[in-house]
Amino acid sequence: MKTFTVSVVTPDGPVYEAADAEMVSTKATSGELGILPGHVPLVAPLTINAVRVKKGGNTQILAVSGGFLEVRPDKVTILAQAAELPVDINVDRARAAKERAERRLQGSKQDDIDFKRADLALNRAINRIDVSGK
Amino acid sequence: MASLRDIKSRITSTKKMKQITKAMEMVSAAKLNRAENNAKSFVPYMDKIQEVVASIASGSTNARHPMLQSRPVKKTAYLVITADKGLAGPYNSSILRHVYRTIQERHKSTDEYTVIVVGKVGLQFFKNRKMPIEDSIVGLNDQPEFADIKAIASDAVQKYADGVYDELYMYYNHFVSVIQQNLTEKKLLPLTDIGGTSAKSSYEYEPSEEEILEELLPQYAESLIYGALLDAKASEHASRMTAMKSATDNADEIIGSLSLSYNRARQAAITQEITEIVGGAAALE
Repeated sequence: MKTFTVSVVTPDGPVYEAADAEMVSTKATSGELGILPGHVPLVAPLTINAVRVKKGGNTQILAVSGGFLEVRPDKVTILAQAAELPVDINVDRARAAKERAERRLQGSKQDDIDFKRADLALNRAINRIDVSGK
Repeated sequence: MASLRDIKSRITSTKKMKQITKAMEMVSAAKLNRAENNAKSFVPYMDKIQEVVASIASGSTNARHPMLQSRPVKKTAYLVITADKGLAGPYNSSILRHVYRTIQERHKSTDEYTVIVVGKVGLQFFKNRKMPIEDSIVGLNDQPEFADIKAIASDAVQKYADGVYDELYMYYNHFVSVIQQNLTEKKLLPLTDIGGTSAKSSYEYEPSEEEILEELLPQYAESLIYGALLDAKASEHASRMTAMKSATDNADEIIGSLSLSYNRARQAAITQEITEIVGGAAALE
């Protein structure tokens, strides 16, 4: 079966590398994306969501806070400002962040810059909690 | 001539000082090592994002984005990266002097520019001179993570997009080697020098080039700021290490010359004592 290389890179260094993955699925801003080996070169912005990498019957899941997906026929690179494996996620911190964001959302108006920020923070926190599976 | 006891106490205090500078030198060396590693682990991200940006910017002529276009300049912002502490040789002073002079040359009134400062030393400098400070961050870790500066970086980029200022320059010390750090001035925004050098691959864009640029360019600018910060941190530690090394060497030199005069004074005292004894004995005969 054909495979490709997957790497997840953040400013703080590579988070995840897999040499022989079979499929990557994630959610881009335009909708769900599933990438198989041999895909045409593609660039797409990602939403704050989970990335699933299928490899040898197992699926590795990662929390990604936005960023990009760059696809080449033999390589997929995800560039994100933050990305974590489930084991690296600090669930307590994410829960605290979620509560904080929820409080802020109640306190501010919808068109506020603070509202947007809190909304993003909330999404990131929820994503982390979901991915950690706890 | 200073008394024996005076010289002795000066030697002891210089020795203590030497111990401290020596320790600081070693601490900085360790920090420099880690800072270099951090800078290295940032490289793959930067390379990749640069490649994608370049391929979009060069590949299409119709992709227009405000961050790529120069506009008439009403206000200029200067992002200055300094350290939180001194004791790093010319690290802070050279950068601050240069920025101060540049601003004085380019602008007549304080309405024409604003400063974004990283580091306590810089903040104090601009505050003392009553210059407008747009934003500042102090107390950064020695090993900063992207999350630490995300807020200030994205604010800096956002304010350009909102038209608060029309240009953004960045000043920091670029790390060349342990003994050499170069003052660097970089025009960050508008992004004019994304090389259309070699677009290695042409991509499909999902949903569209414009929307990708919308997301990609701010991220790109933010990572340039983070890259500069990592570079500056490495320079800071290198600079402090060199400063402390020369302080240690100077202390050695002072201890050497003090010991020499200590020994001379001791010798003189002994000679004098002998002369007195001999003189006393001669008087008795």
